[in-house]
Amino acid sequence: MDNNAMLQLNGIVKKFNAGTINEKIALNGLNLTLDKGDFVTVIGGNGAGKSTMLNAIAGVWRVDSGSVILDGVDITNLPEYKRAKYLGRVFQDPMMGTAADMQIEENLALAARRGKRKTLAPGIRKSERVTYKEMLSELGLGLESRLSVKVGTLSGGQRQALTLLMAAMREPKLLLLDEHTAALDPKTAATVLDITERIVNENNLTTLMITHNMHDAIAHGNRLIMMHEGNVIIDVRGEEKKKLTVEDLLEMFRKASGGEFSNDRAILS
Amino acid sequence: MGNFIASMPSAIAQGLIWGIMAIGVYITFRILDIADLTVDGTVCTGAAVCAVLVVSGVNVWLALLIATIEGIIAGCVTWFLHVVLGIPAILAGILTQLMLWSVNLKIMSGANVAVPSRTFQVLLTQMNVPMALVFLGITAVVIIALLYLFFGTEIGCTIRATGNNIAMSRAQGINTNLTKLIGLALSNGIVALSGAILCQYQGFSDINMGKGAIVTGLASVIIGEAVIRKISKNFAVKLAGVFVGSVIYWIVYQTVVFFKLDTDLLKMLSALLVAVFLGVPYLKKQLSGRKSKGGAVNG
Repeated sequence: MDNNAMLQLNGIVKKFNAGTINEKIALNGLNLTLDKGDFVTVIGGNGAGKSTMLNAIAGVWRVDSGSVILDGVDITNLPEYKRAKYLGRVFQDPMMGTAADMQIEENLALAARRGKRKTLAPGIRKSERVTYKEMLSELGLGLESRLSVKVGTLSGGQRQALTLLMAAMREPKLLLLDEHTAALDPKTAATVLDITERIVNENNLTTLMITHNMHDAIAHGNRLIMMHEGNVIIDVRGEEKKKLTVEDLLEMFRKASGGEFSNDRAILS
Repeated sequence: MGNFIASMPSAIAQGLIWGIMAIGVYITFRILDIADLTVDGTVCTGAAVCAVLVVSGVNVWLALLIATIEGIIAGCVTWFLHVVLGIPAILAGILTQLMLWSVNLKIMSGANVAVPSRTFQVLLTQMNVPMALVFLGITAVVIIALLYLFFGTEIGCTIRATGNNIAMSRAQGINTNLTKLIGLALSNGIVALSGAILCQYQGFSDINMGKGAIVTGLASVIIGEAVIRKISKNFAVKLAGVFVGSVIYWIVYQTVVFFKLDTDLLKMLSALLVAVFLGVPYLKKQLSGRKSKGGAVNG
């Protein structure tokens, strides 16, 4: 076993609607290894299996075959809520990552207790509020003075930034970002990406970030993978990745898949 | 008119007792986001268990406790049907409710059991409404205080999160199956407690006493929310609002009865009230959603 590996996906297969006319092989024997500290951006066309891969890692459902090894531990059969201890997740839908009817501080307090046994101790302590204030002020969104405001009143960008903070709490072994800026306007998306970059670097988090924006995929992280039909078809890292252009990527895709890149929302230029 | 005013304390007492039941409904419907129809059966289970135990000489406090535990078990059955067997929550509740119908008849060995306050030691009775009001007032305050504290704990917060956003809850490591169990058990325990108190107050338990309880409970929750909305968003105030809503409901009921209006129409009225109050916010959302459709979520 590779000691420097944070994540190993071994031959992951996931079919949806198996045995019916709508059968869809979402992940087709997927293999992927992430080294500790890797920041990998993920691109791919519609139905390439990007989100399915993240859900397989997070344990939203069981995979049909293959194994998920996280930091040397086989978590293939661990239920979603138990894996959560090791994972930080941010979703595409800004509504999905936070509890809208609970206060900002209550959401943070839940994240601060991720993977811990819950007791009848207070759901939030006074001392925590000081920490949360500091964390929020670093975001620069003015949330530090609104600790007891319900999250539902925040904008999409503020909610994604908050979800990022929550995801990075408890030192996750892996950060999973599922097109977390796709629902935001370009300016807000850029802000959230800046915050992402800072949080990943400060905590030295191993990260998988799906994006529909090829420029973002090239600009961020140390490694880029492209998925197609449930597998990784392009894997570029280091210096080679830094020199990439969108045209290179499209050309690589044509060679690897024998077809044109298609993604409704892909931003190519 | 003097008689009408004289009948108000009794209406308030009824309102407080059914308010305890409505608190149970509030926990599932508003906090856990599950419409749990088990309660129609649990009210009677609580009453039946308490009545039979008191009549057979068991200490009345112990009878209350055992009745509450029976309610907790009923909640666990619904949880099992819903979470373990994957049956939709509404149907799971209806199934348990039907089971309880048979269980309740067996507990009472018939359709009803009398617990006359002259013969048995009870905590409250409609023969002495002022004393009953004191008892119920204290009970309401204790319940509000305990629930306020409970939903502020780590476990309480995870239950609230589960009802608010289940995907987020799992992503934050919350065992949502467990939180649903705690919520359903707690809710039905409280509902059974209200049944046990009701049977002492009215002096009997009856197989029909829980019929439509879910709608009465929802109506109380909704009336309470309408009254309390402008006052405070504090959780304790919201819980108190449920009692206020229930008391208003029973004062209206008493008024209808007193002026010999058609009481047959009451259930229709409560059902319509609930339908309107749940439907209007939805329609409002639909209409405003149509206007702002399309476009990204702004930063």
